[in-house]
Amino acid sequence: MDVRSQIAMVFHLDKCIGCHTCSIACKNIWTDRKGSEYMWWNNVETKPGTGYPTKWEDQQCYQGGWTSEGGDLRLRSTSKSTGLVSNLFHHPRQPSMDDYYEPWTYDYQNLFNAPAGKDQPTARPISMVSGKPIDIKAGPNWDDDLSGTPLYARNDPNLGQLTEDQKRQLFSVERLVMFYLPRICNHCLNPGCVASCPSGALYKRGEDGLVLVDQKRCRGWRACVAACPYKKTYYNWSTGKSEKCILCFPRLETGQAPACFHSCVGRIRYLGVVLYDADRIHEVASSKDVDLVEAQRRMILDPNDPAVIQAARANGIHDAVIESAQKSPVYKFVKVWRIALPPHIEYRTLPMLFYVPPLSPVMSTVSGSTSNAKDGNLFHDIDEARVPMAYLTTLLGAGNEGVVRYALAKQKAVRMWRRACTVGDVTKADAEICLQQADCSPEEAEEIYRLTSLCTFEDRFVIPPMHREQALEMLEDPHEVKQSTGFGFVDGPKRGP
Amino acid sequence: MNDHLAFAFLVVLPYVAVATLVGASFWRYRRLPFSYSALSTQFLENHHQFWASLAFHWGVLLVLGGHLVAFLVPGQILAWNADPYRLAILEITALVGGLLALAGIAGYIARRIFHPRVRVVTSRMDVILLALLAGQILTGIAIALWYPWGSSWYAAVMAPYLWSLVTLSPDAGAVAAMPDLVLAHVLGAWLLLIIFPFTRLVHLLVAPFSYAFWKQQHQRWYADRRLVRTSGRATTRTQARS
Repeated sequence: MDVRSQIAMVFHLDKCIGCHTCSIACKNIWTDRKGSEYMWWNNVETKPGTGYPTKWEDQQCYQGGWTSEGGDLRLRSTSKSTGLVSNLFHHPRQPSMDDYYEPWTYDYQNLFNAPAGKDQPTARPISMVSGKPIDIKAGPNWDDDLSGTPLYARNDPNLGQLTEDQKRQLFSVERLVMFYLPRICNHCLNPGCVASCPSGALYKRGEDGLVLVDQKRCRGWRACVAACPYKKTYYNWSTGKSEKCILCFPRLETGQAPACFHSCVGRIRYLGVVLYDADRIHEVASSKDVDLVEAQRRMILDPNDPAVIQAARANGIHDAVIESAQKSPVYKFVKVWRIALPPHIEYRTLPMLFYVPPLSPVMSTVSGSTSNAKDGNLFHDIDEARVPMAYLTTLLGAGNEGVVRYALAKQKAVRMWRRACTVGDVTKADAEICLQQADCSPEEAEEIYRLTSLCTFEDRFVIPPMHREQALEMLEDPHEVKQSTGFGFVDGPKRGP
Repeated sequence: MNDHLAFAFLVVLPYVAVATLVGASFWRYRRLPFSYSALSTQFLENHHQFWASLAFHWGVLLVLGGHLVAFLVPGQILAWNADPYRLAILEITALVGGLLALAGIAGYIARRIFHPRVRVVTSRMDVILLALLAGQILTGIAIALWYPWGSSWYAAVMAPYLWSLVTLSPDAGAVAAMPDLVLAHVLGAWLLLIIFPFTRLVHLLVAPFSYAFWKQQHQRWYADRRLVRTSGRATTRTQARS
C-alpha cells in the first residue's frame, strides 16, 4: 500500500445555477494575460450541449485520454509507440483556436473619436489576437442555456446511448431540460497530460496531487493539449507554453479556497483531502468500463482505518493532513454516501473532481404529490426524469447505470425525508421506506442535508495545512523578486515580436 | 574567388559559425531558457500548417541526411554512383527532398504573410530565418538542376573540404574554384549556423527524444520520500526534485 494524499473536489450539480461567477473569478486572477484570453480554466457548460472547446467529449475526433486493451493502458493519440514519430511535425488531433473561439474586444474608442455623421457610431468587435475587426463566430459560452437547439444541444456527444424516442422526448418543447456542468482541471490520478509531455514539464505534485506545468521546462510541443480528454490544458500562443488550472495553489497554501470555490454563489463546491493507494492506479485505470467508478472508489482509502493511518505516516504524510482527510467533505460524498461520481471516467485518467448528479424537474405524471408510495415505486420521477438516466450514465457513470441511479435515489430520499420533517405532506413512514430503499439511514439523510444545504465555508472547504516551510518557494526571498514576473524568473515571459 | 575572400568565407567563417553555434546555444540555454522552443503556430492556423510543416520537415531531413551521409562516407557514395541507375535513384530522391522542402517553406512564408493570426506572432528573426532558408533551398535545387550529379562531386570535393575543416587543416582550394551558385550555397550554410542559436531553430536541440525512455507518470516531491521512509521523520527540507 502506497498511501498518498490528494486534494479532491466535489461539485454539487443540483445546486449549480449556471451564473458563471466561478469562471469570472478565475479569469480575473489567472487568464487575463496576452495569449491566454481564450482560456477558461474554469468554465460552465449547459448540458445537453456541445461545450468548450466544441464537442470536447467526442474522443473519436480529439482522441484524448487512455485506451485499455487487455489491461494494456495506452494514450489514445500521443502514446510513445504509435504517436511519437508520426505526430512529430504536426499533431493531427491538436485543437486549433477555432475549436475554442477567437477572443475579441470592442473598438470603444470609435464611440468617442468617430467623425460627425448621420449614423450612430458603433463599437465593432476586434480580434484580441490580430487586432483586426472580426465577425464573432463563437464564444466560450456560445450555447449557454440553448438546450434543444439543433446546432448545439443535439450535437452533444453524450446523446449517443439514447434511443430516438428518448432524444425526441428530451428535446420536445414541453419537456425541454438542461443543467449546468462547471468544469475545471480534474487533477487526475492517472493524468494523460503528464504522461504525454515529452519535455517532462508537467508533473503531479507529490504532496497534494496537484497537476502543474513547469513553465521553464515546457517547450510547447502541446502533447498535453491533445492528451487531456477534458481539454483542460491550454496552449498560450504568445509565450509558446502550455497552461492549466493550478487549483489556485498559492491560495491553498495559505489556507484559502481556490477562487472559483470561494466565489461560488450556489455554494456547490466542496474541497478536501482524500487518501488513496497509488499502487493500484494502473490496476484501477485498466478495469472494464462499467467497473471503473467502483474501482476508483475502492482505491480511495478510509482515513479512520488504523492500518491506513499507519501506512500514511510511514509515507511521510503529516498528521495534520490525515486529520484533514478525516474531515474531508469529498470523502463523505464519494465514499461514504456514494452520491458523487467522476465525469467520463471511461477516459481512464481517474479524475479527482466528482459531481453529484442533478435531480431534474419533477414530472407532472403524478398530480398533487411528489410521493407515489401507494404503488410501491417511490422513485418514479428518477426513472421518468426529464434528463434520461442513459444521458447521465454516459456523462457520470461510464455506462454503469446502477451508480447513477443510486446517487439520484439517495438524493430523492433525502428530499422526501426533509419534506416529512419540515412540510409534513409526506408521512415519516413513507419517507423512511424511501430512505430504506435508497440505502440511507435517517442520520445519514440528516448529514447529507446539512452538508448540502446548511454548509458553511469551513464545512465545504477542508484545506489541509500545506507546510509551506517545506515548499521550494519559501527558500527564495519574496522581496528579491518584487515587481518581477514571478518566482524564479529573471526575464519577463515574453516571446515573439 | 580570390584567395583572401576564399580564406575569409571558406576557412574563417566556418570556424566562426561553429563557435557561434555552440557558444550562443549554450548561452541562450543558460540565460534565456524560457524562449528555448519553436513557438508553434499550429494553434492559430491548423490547416496549412499540416502541409507546410510535414513537407518542410521531411524534405529537409531527407536532404540534410543526404549531405551528412555523403560527408561521413564519401567513398561509398562514389562507389554507389558508379552505376548510372543507382546514381539516378540517388539524385531523384535528393531532388524530391529539395522540392518538398521548397513546397514547405513556400507554405510557411505564405502562412506568415496571409494569415493575420500567424502574422501577429512573426518576429523579425522569423523573417530573416525564412528568407535564409528559402534562399538556401532555392540555391540547392538550382545546383541540382544546373550542375548535375552533385552527389558525386559533393563526395569528391565538398566532403574533403569539410573534413579538412574538422581536422583543423583547412584546405579550401578546390571549393573556391566552384561556380558562384555553389559558393552561395556554402556561404548560406555557414550563415544559417551562425543565426541558428538566435532563432526558433533551437527547438532542434531540445527535441524530446528521451521521452521514449521515461516512465509514464511524473511527480515532484518537496519532501524527500526516501529519507522520510528510512529515517522515520515525517518531514524533511529538501529541494524539489523531478
